[in-house]
Amino acid sequence: MSVTADALAIGEPAVLRTSGVVRRLARNPTVVFGVFILGFIVAMGIAAPWLANFDPAAINPSFRNKTPGAMESVRVDDGVRSEVRHWMGTDSLGRDVASRVVYGARASLLVGVSVAVIAVGIGLAVGLAAGYVRWLDGVVMRFMDGLMAIPAILLAIAVVSLSSAGLLAVIVAIVIPEVPRVVRLVRSIVLSVREEPYVEAAIAVGTPTLPLITRHILPNTLPPLIVQATYICASAILIEAILSFLGVGIPAQTPTWGNIMAEGRTLFRVYPHNILYPGIFLALTVLAVNLLGDGLRDTLDPRMRKRL
Amino acid sequence: MSAQTPASAPVLDIQGLTVALPASGERLHAVSNANLTVLPGELVCLVGESGSGKSVIAQVTMGLLPPALRATGGRILLDGEDVLAAAPSRLRELRCTRMSMVFQEPMTALNPVLRCGEQIDEVLATHTPMTSARRRDRTLEIIRDVGLPDPGRMIESYPHQLSGGQRQRIMIAMALVLNPRLLIADEPTTALDVTTQAQILALIREMQREHGTGVLFITHDFGVVAEIAERVAVLRQGKVVEMGPARELLARPQHEYTRMLIAAVPSLTPRHRSIATDAPIVVRTQGLAKSYACGRWWGRGTEVLAASDVGLQVRRGETLGIVGESGSGKSTVARCIARLIKPTAGDIVLDGVDIARLGTNALRPLRRRVQIVFQDPYRSLNPRRTVGESLIEGPMNYGATPEAALATARRLLDLVRLDAGALDRYPHEFSGGQRQRICIARALAIEPDLLIADEAVSALDVSVQAQVLALLDEIRGRLNLAMLFITHDLRVAAQVCDRVAVMQHGRIVESGPIADVYANPRHEYTKALFAAAPGRRWKFGVS
Repeated sequence: MSVTADALAIGEPAVLRTSGVVRRLARNPTVVFGVFILGFIVAMGIAAPWLANFDPAAINPSFRNKTPGAMESVRVDDGVRSEVRHWMGTDSLGRDVASRVVYGARASLLVGVSVAVIAVGIGLAVGLAAGYVRWLDGVVMRFMDGLMAIPAILLAIAVVSLSSAGLLAVIVAIVIPEVPRVVRLVRSIVLSVREEPYVEAAIAVGTPTLPLITRHILPNTLPPLIVQATYICASAILIEAILSFLGVGIPAQTPTWGNIMAEGRTLFRVYPHNILYPGIFLALTVLAVNLLGDGLRDTLDPRMRKRL
Repeated sequence: MSAQTPASAPVLDIQGLTVALPASGERLHAVSNANLTVLPGELVCLVGESGSGKSVIAQVTMGLLPPALRATGGRILLDGEDVLAAAPSRLRELRCTRMSMVFQEPMTALNPVLRCGEQIDEVLATHTPMTSARRRDRTLEIIRDVGLPDPGRMIESYPHQLSGGQRQRIMIAMALVLNPRLLIADEPTTALDVTTQAQILALIREMQREHGTGVLFITHDFGVVAEIAERVAVLRQGKVVEMGPARELLARPQHEYTRMLIAAVPSLTPRHRSIATDAPIVVRTQGLAKSYACGRWWGRGTEVLAASDVGLQVRRGETLGIVGESGSGKSTVARCIARLIKPTAGDIVLDGVDIARLGTNALRPLRRRVQIVFQDPYRSLNPRRTVGESLIEGPMNYGATPEAALATARRLLDLVRLDAGALDRYPHEFSGGQRQRICIARALAIEPDLLIADEAVSALDVSVQAQVLALLDEIRGRLNLAMLFITHDLRVAAQVCDRVAVMQHGRIVESGPIADVYANPRHEYTKALFAAAPGRRWKFGVS
């Protein structure tokens, strides 16, 4: 990257020509790596019914706490017996860890993506309003400051305990502490963009408020928001795992990585595989999302790029 | 000063300097085969338009070239030593001791979290074995030398506590504290007001004479050149096209580019135009005031008065100029009349309707009567929207069909002398002058009665400035518009305005027909503005 090209990019952070962006993303090794791992995890979640050797919820009291690689002889309905491998062993209830890990990808990705989308959606609307409507600003931002003062996990635990535990409750519980961050980001961009001469020129030619916001202000918030969304996604996946691990997340019988680790916690010293395998997948997924986010930031938001 | 070199040997001798641009650049070389000398005690002006490579020459001499640029040929001899071949450690020794630099923007060139005294002290501590007591004495002495009052207080001040002119004096003090042989000043007065500029120019002149420093003064302003230069080098697209003694070069430029540049400098003599004094008044303000309350949560905050008791009127077909320095409130008045901000007091009567206190919805039908063109052409157009989309937005807000709006846009592009192909292109594909033409076209698209130009030509190169000025004047005449022309530049005002109002501290201190005000300024401040106008003794623009 040359300095002149950099300087141009900084002068024109706004121009987003899709083909160019995709090409630049494809050349960025961190993006490629992140997309590759994420693609693998997504494919795993989608193909879970075919990948899993066992029903992830099936309890087998006679085959508990087996180490990875243990073979079990299973009789199918037609009477034929066959040997099936527990690739990641079994937990203290005799459930197949590999099957649970594969199904667990679904919960993690679902929570991550929905939290990111909902938090960005709400935050964008509130942030635009707070940034554009002067008198709303103080009220909204003090409320957001208040929300940010509460530790995210504590707030999430409180929200979940107010309703019955379930996927929806967990998503809501994680969205609430993430919204203020999005609002702050959007508001700060709106405040600086609304002073731009091109916005004033649009006001001067009589553009009504709503088109003014959607045409001239909103597009400036999108590149940093996409980047922020990936970070929110990563943190939501982590918080969901933490909530499940603490036993206040998605019900224990549903396979999620946090639930598997929570179940394996008591016997961790003897059978570490119960925590090790879901832990590896969790770490890989969060790493991939964060790498993707860093790459997107470098490409979409050159102002934040470290200058060479 | 220095014993080993004879007085006649140049302190800076640039020979065949070539600096390559990265492959993606618009030309191959930022600087190509440039030759330039600065003798001891001589002030050489390096003049060029934006992109001519003048700052690159300063950077390469100081060893501060951005990593993407590379000097590929030539030599830069500082007192006979080639700085291009010098190691980074040697360059560090040379900076401040033998060559120093003063930058354009003193606010960003000074470290905002260090006191001014500490910053000068740092230079001394790095390059000399002086004790801290002696460093303090020297710091106080140099601050006194650059004409700053109360040096004891100055060294305790942070940069933001000083005015722009004072900050630039601190920069000059820092640059000269070790008596360097060469001072490079890169547009050191461009960010300053004209009266401050005159003082800083005088200071640089004085320091140069007193210490025998060679000065390489980079500027785009021929007024400044006429004021201070002994020799001038004209740079165009990285090539030195002409070099010679200032008087001779200004009086008899040889190269056609130099001739064009000098001819484009607006004259201080107002042009003559008879104005109809009975044309209808388009806009009139009375007691217009705008104040900003500095926010406090409770109690009474302080109030800053940006404009007060401003009364002016513009008739159809005439151009009223508002001149003043930064902070004089001239842009505040413009933005009040365009109702981008709400005045705190007074009336703005637009064709018989007082618009000063109208709400957003009541204002919308009246917005099309007043249009504004801003200073910065790079930020005045939405970079995500094509020129066509920007041009048709206004007419379509007032109910035009897309086809009709596009037809208007084509006609206007023709009027501002741009190709209709511009409609589908994005703003970044155009130069500053072209963008300003697009902005003018956008302002005209909804057929306003009053066109406000808020420093509309200030960010443009002098040759482009002349074209845009001519265009504005032509359009005003052709469409019989009323025009409000805001500028800090007396020369520019002389070329387009019929009447002029001079503003200081938010008030109009003098107004009248431009010929009268220019020939016979009555208010002290107006007189000071004229006295400070660079190159006022030189007759520009008279061909």
